[in-house]
Amino acid sequence: MEPIEGLLRRLAPQVLGVLVRRHGRFDACEDAVQEALLAAALQWPQEGVPDNPYGWLITVASRRLLDELRAESSRARREETVYVQDVETDVAGHDDTLTLLFLCCHPDLSGPSQVALTLRAAGGLTTAEIAQAFLVPEATMAQRISRAKATLKASEAGFAVPASEEFDVRLRAVLHGLYLIFNEGYTSLRRADLTAEAIRLTRVVHALLPNDGEVTSLLALMLLTDARRGARTRADGSIVPLAEQDRSLWDREAIREGAGLVERALSSGPLGAYRLQAAIAAVHAEAASAEDTDWREILVLYELLERIAPNPMVTLNRAVALGMVHGPRAGLDLLATLDADERVSGHHRLFAVRAHLLDEAGESTAAREAYLEAARRTTSVPERRYLEERAASSSRRTRR
Amino acid sequence: MKYMLLIYNNIDALMSLPKDELDGVMGDVDTIMTELRERGELIGGHALAHPSQTKTVRVRDGAVATTDGPFVEAKEQFAGTLLIDVDTEERAVEIAARWPDARYYAMEVRAIMHDASTEL
Repeated sequence: MEPIEGLLRRLAPQVLGVLVRRHGRFDACEDAVQEALLAAALQWPQEGVPDNPYGWLITVASRRLLDELRAESSRARREETVYVQDVETDVAGHDDTLTLLFLCCHPDLSGPSQVALTLRAAGGLTTAEIAQAFLVPEATMAQRISRAKATLKASEAGFAVPASEEFDVRLRAVLHGLYLIFNEGYTSLRRADLTAEAIRLTRVVHALLPNDGEVTSLLALMLLTDARRGARTRADGSIVPLAEQDRSLWDREAIREGAGLVERALSSGPLGAYRLQAAIAAVHAEAASAEDTDWREILVLYELLERIAPNPMVTLNRAVALGMVHGPRAGLDLLATLDADERVSGHHRLFAVRAHLLDEAGESTAAREAYLEAARRTTSVPERRYLEERAASSSRRTRR
Repeated sequence: MKYMLLIYNNIDALMSLPKDELDGVMGDVDTIMTELRERGELIGGHALAHPSQTKTVRVRDGAVATTDGPFVEAKEQFAGTLLIDVDTEERAVEIAARWPDARYYAMEVRAIMHDASTEL
């Protein structure tokens, strides 16, 4: 049988969808569904999962919602009575997850707000779980979520699939929100759950929009990236760079699925940024060793990516690929063009990539300086440690 | 992104401001704290007791030496912290700039280290 937690997370957006379509008031409905989920999480393990868990959740959430609306209306001393219609529990074939994601990843919300609201409303996580993942007090996270809901209310953002002329732009925002959740999970060992949650939600979107190349590619990108999880850090939390990872630790099943999706996306629609990123991840995933990596292909893919989605971080990655194909000097020349770009000129990654290329070029003293500068600039403990170790090994080479 | 705002001031000089001005300072602090709470940006914060009450502790050759008063002799002392989680560094700087001690003394905005890492 499906574990209760998974069942609740799957049903959460469905239940919320029914309530919002019936009553409007996304903010109040969302609170009511949270309470129903909490009640289920407490009761079901003791009393068993009800025969119709979906109907149970709708009934309990509706009751909570009505209590709240009644309290509100008596507070407002309104005369009108609020009543509940019979709850329909059969909406088979209808999935509200995507509609909810459009709302939670509304362009008026900041990235962090989108992440928090998506995890709660579409993912069915509790505020406490989200707060724990982001290391903030529960009250802080609760406030952030209710503020995000207030923003949606002020924007008059409706619970509806956007009209066709808006659809693509809004879908990009949803995919970006899911990508942010994935990244939050992937970059931190402590938050690995978020990676699984992002993949789960992206699977739902993919099932609803199987012919959208960018959705397919984002799912592929997540699977191919997550496949390296077991190899990218050591037991003590220290970083293992891609070139040094033990590829036997990569998740072959995830790679097979991801590579299959990349292939499928090849023939669907215009070229998008996720398609290119997924293709790059596939080239890495399919190389038997770091030396066997087809860097020429990666370089071409980064050139395309830079053309359709210009961004200094993409240029940084292209510099690495350029260094592998045409030698470190070519990579360093490209990096020099970023020094005037304020978005990246002070970023530790610029210094880290420069250090790596200087090292490859045999300029150990300059490499050491750049590694140390990168180490000073990062706010990540494992990155700082890694960069300091690289600086130390560059200076050992200098003395030799 | 999480930042610690370090508040520096000369508490005796601050407390001897004219009453109106001091009330203004306290009012500004309340306004910012309310805003941070409402926006879900506040993680925590502490005001520190008067610097004269500081114990500075040193261990030399295994022996503990405790002295009264702060580690660094200065007119301005570390007076408190504000721990925030904000979307951008610009927002952290904006909050620091509005904190009244920035007008009289200075605030430091320090990024908090974390355990997340990108693949290098």
